[in-house]
Amino acid sequence: MSTGFHVVVCGSLVPDLLQTLEPVQGPAGPGLRNELMLPSVLDPWAAHALYEAGHLAATVPGTRVWLVSLGPKAKLQQLMMSIAQKVPFEFVAIDASASGFTDPVEVAAALADAIEMIPALDRSRLLLFGGCASASRDAGVTVQLVGERLGIADQFLAVDELTVSAQGTLTILERVEGGKYLVSEVAGPPCAIAWATGNRPEPPNNPQIGMLNMRTIMPALQKARLVQLSAPGTTFHGVELPKQERRTRIVKDVPIEEMAMEIANWIKE
Amino acid sequence: METILFLTHPEDDGSLGRSALETLTGVVELNRQLSDAKFVAGFIGDDVSTAVAEASGCGAKTFYTVSGPDFKMSRCASDTAALEAICRASGATIVVAPTTSRFNRAIPGVAQRLDGRIDTHVGGFTVNGAELRIQRGYYRQRMIASLTRTARPWFLTFDSGVFPKWEGAPVAVQTETLNVKIGDELRKTNVTGYKAPLASVQTIRPDAKLLFVAGVGWTKKQADGQVHLEEAAKIILHILDKSGASLGSSKSLVDQSSEGQGVFSFMSHLNQVGQTGSTPRHPKGLAACCHGEEPHVVGWRFIGERRVINLDPNCGWAQGKADVLYVADAFELVAKVSELL
Repeated sequence: MSTGFHVVVCGSLVPDLLQTLEPVQGPAGPGLRNELMLPSVLDPWAAHALYEAGHLAATVPGTRVWLVSLGPKAKLQQLMMSIAQKVPFEFVAIDASASGFTDPVEVAAALADAIEMIPALDRSRLLLFGGCASASRDAGVTVQLVGERLGIADQFLAVDELTVSAQGTLTILERVEGGKYLVSEVAGPPCAIAWATGNRPEPPNNPQIGMLNMRTIMPALQKARLVQLSAPGTTFHGVELPKQERRTRIVKDVPIEEMAMEIANWIKE
Repeated sequence: METILFLTHPEDDGSLGRSALETLTGVVELNRQLSDAKFVAGFIGDDVSTAVAEASGCGAKTFYTVSGPDFKMSRCASDTAALEAICRASGATIVVAPTTSRFNRAIPGVAQRLDGRIDTHVGGFTVNGAELRIQRGYYRQRMIASLTRTARPWFLTFDSGVFPKWEGAPVAVQTETLNVKIGDELRKTNVTGYKAPLASVQTIRPDAKLLFVAGVGWTKKQADGQVHLEEAAKIILHILDKSGASLGSSKSLVDQSSEGQGVFSFMSHLNQVGQTGSTPRHPKGLAACCHGEEPHVVGWRFIGERRVINLDPNCGWAQGKADVLYVADAFELVAKVSELL
C-alpha cells in the first residue's frame, strides 16, 4: 500500500463514566443535570477507534488521520487536553450539543457535512471509523448513517480487528452472536468501520504528538461550525432513572456448606 | 393508518432465532394494540422457506421475501439493498426488527435511504389509540426514556429478552418474492466465515439460564498472601461446566490481558459486561469477586435474579442491586457449589 489510507474518526465526548447522572427536563427536551459542568471523556468506543487509526497510520505509510468531533466548543477544547498526546490527528470540530438525547440522523448529517468539507480528503481512500455505540445515546447507528450519507456501501459493526495485506486487502473481524467473529475481506476502501474495543491498549501520552496536534486543534476550534440539532416530531414523554433498588439479603456467619447448598439449589431451580 | 413491517432473517440452519421470535411476539402485540394498523412481514436470506413457515401463523397480511445465495451471509451492501426493497414494496410506516448483529449493521442505512428515523435497543412500548410510545435506555441504560415520533418510516429494533418467544401453528401463506439484483459493486465484501475469539474455551452462551460474572478479585492475593491464578481458572471453568453458565467479566479483569498481565486464557474482551461491555439478558446472575459502582453494575441491569459472593458486605456491586449477598471466600464457596451441582 504505497499511498496509504485517509482515516476519518468520528468521536465525541461523553460524561466521565464514573459520574452520577441525573436526567432533567428542559425547554428544549431532556438533558442531564449540570451537563456542562460534568467532566467529559472521549467516548470509550470512539477512543478505541482513534487508537486503531493511530496504529494504522503508524504501520501503513502515507496514512492520514482526522478526528471529527461534535460537541460544545468549550468542552471539546477541554477534551483535547486529555487526548491530544495520544495519537497524531488533524482535528475537525463541530460546535453542537453532545447530549445523548440528540437524534442520530441529525448528528450523522452534521458529521457527514463536516467530512465532505475536509479539503484534502480522498474519498477513494477513505476509512470511516467510529465507535460501535456511544456511552450517551447508545444507539449504535451513527457510523452507518454517516457511511450511507457518504455513499459507503461496505460497512462493518462491532469490529475488534482490522488487518491490511500487502496487496491492500482489508480483513475485518466483527463481533456477532454467540461470542464469535464474522470474518470479511474487502478489496479496499472506502468502507465504514464501527469499532468495539479492539485489541489495543490506550497509548501513553507523548508530548511531541501533543505539540504536533495542537497546530490543527486551535484553528479547528476557532472555525468550528455552529450546528443546531433538532428532531422535529420527536416528543420525550419522560426520562427517569431505572427503579431497580433491591432489598439485598446478606448471608454471613453461616457455614460455607449451607451457603453452597442454597446457591446450588437456586441454580438448579 | 400505520403499516407495521416485521423484518427478519433466518439463522444458519434456516430457522428463526430466539431474538427474531421474541420480536415477532412484540410485533403481534403492537399490531393488536395499535388501532387500524396493517401488519406485514419481510424475510431475507439464502432460503427463507423454513423461516416463513415458522412465522406463517403470526397474522401478517403479506410475506415479502428476498432470497438467494447473495443473501446467505451477513453482508451490509446486499442486506441493505434487500431490506430497502422490502420496505419500499410494503410501504411500511413502522418497521420492527430484532436486535441482531446483521440488522444492527444494515438497518440504519435503510433508514437513511428512506429518510426515516431509527431507535434501537427498544425495551418496551405502550400504545395510546394510534400513538406508539417506545421505551429505550440512554447513557448505557442508566436512564430510561419514553418517546414518540411522528416522522415515518420509523425503524425500531427490539432487544432480546423483552418478549417471550412467539409460538404458533404454521398455516399456508402465499409469499411475495422481490427480485433484488446484486451487482459487483455490492459484492466488494467477501464474507469468509466465522472465527472463535482468542480464548481457549468458548464461554459465551447467550441462551444460558445463568450468567456467572467473574471479577478482578480472582487475580488478587488471597489469604495466604499469594496469587492463585491456576486454581481460580480451574474453579471458574468447573462451575461453568457444571452449571452451563455463560461467563461475564468486569472491565478491570479483561483489561489486564491487554496490559500483558497474567489472566485467564478462556477470557477475552467479548466476555466484558458493563458500561463499555455488553448488557446480557439471562434469567439469573451470580457474581463473584466483583467490585465497583454504577458503571460496572450496568452489566447486569437486565439480569433477572441476582446473587453475589463477596468478602465485603458493603460491596457496591451488591448492595441494593442484588437479591442475595453471600459474605464468603469465593474460591471456597464456588468450588463447593460446583461439587453440589
